[in-house]
Amino acid sequence: MTEQVTIRNAMPTDFDAVIKLDLVGDPQEKPTYWRGIFDRYVTSGRAGSIFLVAETNGEVIGFIVGEVRAWEFGSPPCGWVFALSVSPKTREMGVGQLMLEEMCKRLKKAGVTTVRTMVDRENKLTLSFFRSQGMRTGRYIELEKLIDDI
Amino acid sequence: MKIQKASLFALYAVLELASDPERQLSATDIADKYGISTHHLAKILRTLVRSKLVQAVRGAGGGYRFTGIINRTTLLDVIELFETLESELDTPSPGNHAGGAIIEELQSITREIDDLTKAVLDTITLETALNSSRQRAKL
Repeated sequence: MTEQVTIRNAMPTDFDAVIKLDLVGDPQEKPTYWRGIFDRYVTSGRAGSIFLVAETNGEVIGFIVGEVRAWEFGSPPCGWVFALSVSPKTREMGVGQLMLEEMCKRLKKAGVTTVRTMVDRENKLTLSFFRSQGMRTGRYIELEKLIDDI
Repeated sequence: MKIQKASLFALYAVLELASDPERQLSATDIADKYGISTHHLAKILRTLVRSKLVQAVRGAGGGYRFTGIINRTTLLDVIELFETLESELDTPSPGNHAGGAIIEELQSITREIDDLTKAVLDTITLETALNSSRQRAKL
């Protein structure tokens, strides 16, 4: 399967396909959010901003978005993957791995040696995928609290 | 957190057998490799057989072989056959004491730790653990 898959930079015309793939993981439509992401990561082509799609037979079957972030939370520059989706019909065929590998190559080229992500702890599928790619709990701990009673 | 000996031995056995599902190994083969008690391991293997992760093959040359799903079974699946991984706080019921709020807070913190522990163990499949250990062996 993976030999028929091409990983390429996302294009403005991929917008609808990305929206559709995003709905697989989260039923909430968020076109405004994705319009902003396309503006910043596809159209403007900022250095260190990477938006890739996986394509087979002209169909977009997955996407991954990441970038280099520096000094957030006191962290030296590192790569962040903040969105990833693979079509359910092409899961477990190595598409996610291909996209992540290409993302890591690009991030390395951009000068970083670490890649990070954040996943809902209930999202076993995605967590298991990132772990299968060698990712482990990192040195930063995410903290949160409800502020609706302030 | 302390994983009980039974869970640890079960992980040794399951990972060893899952590393080559075609291969059959006796309890002694596995126990010798990991330097653990054959008698204790034999009891654990019976539990693993009942859970259908492992099959006992009888007769000459018999032994145990892995029959689970390597990329679906997580470390937590194996551990929870032997323990619940809930931290035990030997505290009284918080409602009956003036120190109830402190007791509740400590219970809440241990739940937070337990949840994190489970979230880690429940997302590492046997396949991922074996792949990582093979890479570690190459280093």
